Amino acid sequence: MSIHPILTYPDELLKRISTAVDKFDDELLRFIDDLEETMADGPGAVGIAAPQIGHAVRIVIVDVSSRKKIKHHGHMVLINPEITEWEGLAVGREGCLSVPDYTGNVVRAEKIKLNAFNQFGETLSFEMEGYEARAVQHEIDHLDGLLFLDRLVSRRNDLFERKVYQK
Amino acid sequence: MKNWFMLTLVGSDKPGIVAKVTQVLYENHYNLGETSMLRLGGNFSIMMMVNGEGSSDDIRNKLSDVCKELGFHLHIDTIEGLLHQHQIPNVKITVSGADREGIIAQVTGSLYKKGFNILNLDSDVAGTVEHPIYIMHIEGIAAEGAESISELVSDLSTDGVDISVYAIDTMVG
Repeated sequence: MSIHPILTYPDELLKRISTAVDKFDDELLRFIDDLEETMADGPGAVGIAAPQIGHAVRIVIVDVSSRKKIKHHGHMVLINPEITEWEGLAVGREGCLSVPDYTGNVVRAEKIKLNAFNQFGETLSFEMEGYEARAVQHEIDHLDGLLFLDRLVSRRNDLFERKVYQK
Repeated sequence: MKNWFMLTLVGSDKPGIVAKVTQVLYENHYNLGETSMLRLGGNFSIMMMVNGEGSSDDIRNKLSDVCKELGFHLHIDTIEGLLHQHQIPNVKITVSGADREGIIAQVTGSLYKKGFNILNLDSDVAGTVEHPIYIMHIEGIAAEGAESISELVSDLSTDGVDISVYAIDTMVG
């Protein structure tokens, strides 16, 4: 296992469209270990996508289990992930290992349905919402050459819809 | 980085101000850091971090023609240019209601007592002349999270003032 350097914006490699994984072999498992270790090394990251370490392949890892009081599916390796249904919209704040020292508001689907393979080539399907759904949408964007900077909405005058304390 | 200045420009709003001012700075080899422009009650205001080899007198000289032309007031401070140190807010507060005296002082005073650090604040007076309404957004850091300042809502949500507190849980991926 080894920690890879994270590519940062405006590296052109982050804009490539990643290709699907077609071989589920030992090489893939080793790559996923590296991706895993690189994510764990990132400050507070709950997800990572293969293009962030310079490999344009459709692999992401998401694990939001460290966050309190949210629904989640624990640690997920998602290969060739595909979102099949979107529902609702929510504004939330995002940052990115590939965009240091900046956070911004992004609109994402509140709930999604998702199909993918795990690292052993087994099919997975999930229904997820909120913070976890946001993380997955953010990571899948990387596979399509998009960063959250491409989806920013105004920092002013927008509303969050989570954990509201009001009268 | 040395030689940073904070420029504050205030005047009546018209198209082309930013273009004219930044062109003069660029031509004289000054670089911009972070900037923020606000239109407040029809007045134009901008604050710009500017870095370069010259002095504040030099900047004032170079901008004097464009300031005269636009009828602008220019203020320059020497500052430390601390870039790449953004703090991430964890709470957003919105306040709205009928315009009334002391509302900012009450809300921010109450936040201050709870150790809240304001990172962004903007407020608008909207509505009509007869019935002004007041809308304020605050973002900042509550060391103990949004719950720790949620009492603000019950303490100050009175007299037609609506206060909401939202947690901002930044997702880094």
